[in-house]
Amino acid sequence: MEAASHTTFIVAAYAAAGAVVGALVAWIVVDYRAQLRALAGLEKLGIARRSGLAAQTREKA
Amino acid sequence: MAIADLANPTRFLKFANRTIPWLGGLTLVLFAFAINQAISAPDDYQQGAAVKIMFLHVPGAWLGMLGWGVMTVAALGTLVWRHPLADVTAKATAPIGAGFTLMCLVTGSLWGRPMWGTYWVWDARLTSVLVLFLLYLGVIALWRTVDDPARAARAAAILTLVGALDLPIIKFSVDWWNTLHQPASVFRLGAPTIDASILIPLLISALAFTLLFAVLLLAAMRNEILRRRVRTLRLLQASTAG
Repeated sequence: MEAASHTTFIVAAYAAAGAVVGALVAWIVVDYRAQLRALAGLEKLGIARRSGLAAQTREKA
Repeated sequence: MAIADLANPTRFLKFANRTIPWLGGLTLVLFAFAINQAISAPDDYQQGAAVKIMFLHVPGAWLGMLGWGVMTVAALGTLVWRHPLADVTAKATAPIGAGFTLMCLVTGSLWGRPMWGTYWVWDARLTSVLVLFLLYLGVIALWRTVDDPARAARAAAILTLVGALDLPIIKFSVDWWNTLHQPASVFRLGAPTIDASILIPLLISALAFTLLFAVLLLAAMRNEILRRRVRTLRLLQASTAG
């Protein structure tokens, strides 16, 4: 009886920990994709960092 | 590559891109081993199977405090050397540290109910950890409130240094005050009071969560560097359009 009642708390604790870790991983992955998308969009508009432009100029030369 | 080279954001990005995949893989392998160890660990003679909650609760507490420790060192980097990567480190660490502190609070509460008969008491240990969680939320809010990253970094750094006073309070609260929470049982003068059959799975779990913390931090720092690049390019775009 006691073991069965403890099981509920153990499962809930592991589920909560999984939810926290899952949320952190999801936040980081979604954020990473969003930043890459934003950078690609800006590059498509021809806006690049100075170091990026310098590299492009060198390649053209 | 020397560690000092990583202070350069571009070199840091290269390092992160190379490191995250294999460190993530190693973390998964270690978690598989840690879960196996947790399942096969014996029940405690007093707590029964509920002792398995410790394999989550204790690493959560350690990493919640470690996160604030990392932010404290980064705050010094921001205020003393004004290094942008210190700002990036502090900002990236806050949500991760908050997550692990939340994990500590929730699992502790779920452990407390069958052991103490209550989910929560306002004793010094529990309250000081709750204060740490609220401090994390405060720092995250500060970062989101101030538009200029450099100004936000300085304000967050000051709050971080003040908040660091909570770390020794958390650690020694069980010695300084009469608490329902048990005293230190792993990091203490003398040997740990936990039997090896439970201590070893606990340390393996702590190592797995620490690796996870490192992977998440590297990835969050990479995101933050990219976000700053996007911001710079948007400002450049606005200035050229004007």
